[in-house]
Amino acid sequence: MSVLASHDLIIDVPGREGGTPLNLTIEPGQKWGVLGPNGAGKTTLLHTLAGLHAPRSGQVSLDDQLISQLRRRHIAQRLGLVFQDRQDGFPATVLETVLIGRHPYLSPWQMEGAEDYARADAALERLDVAHLRDRLVSTLSGGERQRVAIATVLTQAPAVWLADEPTNHLDLHHQSAVMGLMAEQAAEGKAVIMCLHDLNLAARWCDHILLLYPNGEACWGSRDNMLVPSALENLYRQRLAVVEVDGAPVFVPIKG
Amino acid sequence: MLARLGLPLSLLLFAALASLLIALGVGSAQISPGQIWEVALSHIGQGEGDALARTMVMELRLPRALSAFAVGGLLAVAGALMQVLLRNPLADPYVLGLSGGASIGALAAMLGGLGGLAISSSAFGGALFSTFLVFGLAHGSGGWTPSRLLLTGVVVAAGWGAVITLMLAMSPAERLPGMLYWLMGDLSYARTPWPPLLLLLATCVVLIPLGRSLNVLARGPQQAAALGVAVRPLEWCIYIVASLLTAAAVTTAGSIGFVGLVVPHMLRLLLGNDQRLILPACALAGGTLLVLADTLARTMIAPEQLPVGVITALLGVPTFLFLLYRSR
Repeated sequence: MSVLASHDLIIDVPGREGGTPLNLTIEPGQKWGVLGPNGAGKTTLLHTLAGLHAPRSGQVSLDDQLISQLRRRHIAQRLGLVFQDRQDGFPATVLETVLIGRHPYLSPWQMEGAEDYARADAALERLDVAHLRDRLVSTLSGGERQRVAIATVLTQAPAVWLADEPTNHLDLHHQSAVMGLMAEQAAEGKAVIMCLHDLNLAARWCDHILLLYPNGEACWGSRDNMLVPSALENLYRQRLAVVEVDGAPVFVPIKG
Repeated sequence: MLARLGLPLSLLLFAALASLLIALGVGSAQISPGQIWEVALSHIGQGEGDALARTMVMELRLPRALSAFAVGGLLAVAGALMQVLLRNPLADPYVLGLSGGASIGALAAMLGGLGGLAISSSAFGGALFSTFLVFGLAHGSGGWTPSRLLLTGVVVAAGWGAVITLMLAMSPAERLPGMLYWLMGDLSYARTPWPPLLLLLATCVVLIPLGRSLNVLARGPQQAAALGVAVRPLEWCIYIVASLLTAAAVTTAGSIGFVGLVVPHMLRLLLGNDQRLILPACALAGGTLLVLADTLARTMIAPEQLPVGVITALLGVPTFLFLLYRSR
């Protein structure tokens, strides 16, 4: 049973003609990595899968229903998005920011209850930002804001995670911790789709890979079939060396 | 949870009632709280009460104080809404040129020798015209963004400013004082307080269930959409409500500055950023501030009256500069 699927989907990237129609089937428990160079349309793809951006053609379905026909509130109860850019200009504390993850579940007259606060606090704890609870988000560092954003989606507790570069701004320890969280979510039966720039994180943590080329062509499949050095060199137009560390391939760009 | 909303709001309500008592008591003739109580009793058919005190309270001071309260509340709520809409904590209800449009309407009516109701309706028409003009222009061929809306508003406001100066230059001298007072914001034009008061109350009731959506919208439109908010309808709703509130306030008392800017900003510093608390708190605190400012305007150089806008600007400018200075 697929939780999220695309049917002959062509995403709407300005100035691009066509591309490979995407027929993705994403099942609970899978961890997808979307790889591609700058401007290939990774973010546009995620927003299209979330129903925030209209596709040029084709459809996206969530729980076998067309996402274009679902109400946003219903979508938000099933699908959460970690954005690459955030607007932190308007003041809000870390706790207030994380609590908005409960918005899709509360009726207009309802206040957040003890359970909502418990979830928010657990998420803050999990992302190692509990000590920043009462700080204004605008005063945090980039990496701390990134962890607050992920904590917000964790509070939202969606069945589908769409994470746009979840390791952005994070130090090595927190990169590993966040990828561990994604793996944990998948193990609990959530579907996780991540745009990644780091091939090695994808090689280590993802079980499915989608390669997105700048001209709109794409191919996808299981990690071992996709992470072929020649295909990746073609994707990034960069020569790569491959070594194996800790049971996973590590790709290193080489000069020239 | 209710306690978190209840305590600040009851304190503000208490402050509001106290400010109304002060406004009723202070003036050319002092009226003690005891006398006000007797007047209130006699009004509901109990006891005698002093006839002079009764006229002064019920016919002069109470309507004016209630008008001041309503106008202050409307401006503060409109300011809070504009700040969420533009995702800018330093926006104010006039930032989109609305007061300029209202001023043109009011001045045109005054130039034409019209009075009372005609000035009000002309100001209201001007405000709405300016609202649609700015929104239409900012919308342009694509969608509008907060920065585009803001820029359009600022430029349109500058245009209105030029027209206002032109109208003042062409006006006969005997009409000038009235016009200048109107431009500064003056509550002696206020007549019945009920329409703005009812509007304020209705807005608060309508906005409280929308408060959480506003909190989410403040994090940006995409984040809000991802969390289940219907962003465009909500933004339209905020824009229309904020414009209507500002138009009603400007129509009642002219363009009183800084209430809509300073009150929401101060309350956020004190009470946090939850719009469910901030919006009703703005209604109470904005009202209280303007009642006190108007009392000051009535009494400072009595028997002459100052336009209340002078007081709010004198208080607001340093407060605002201080907040701006501290925010970096």
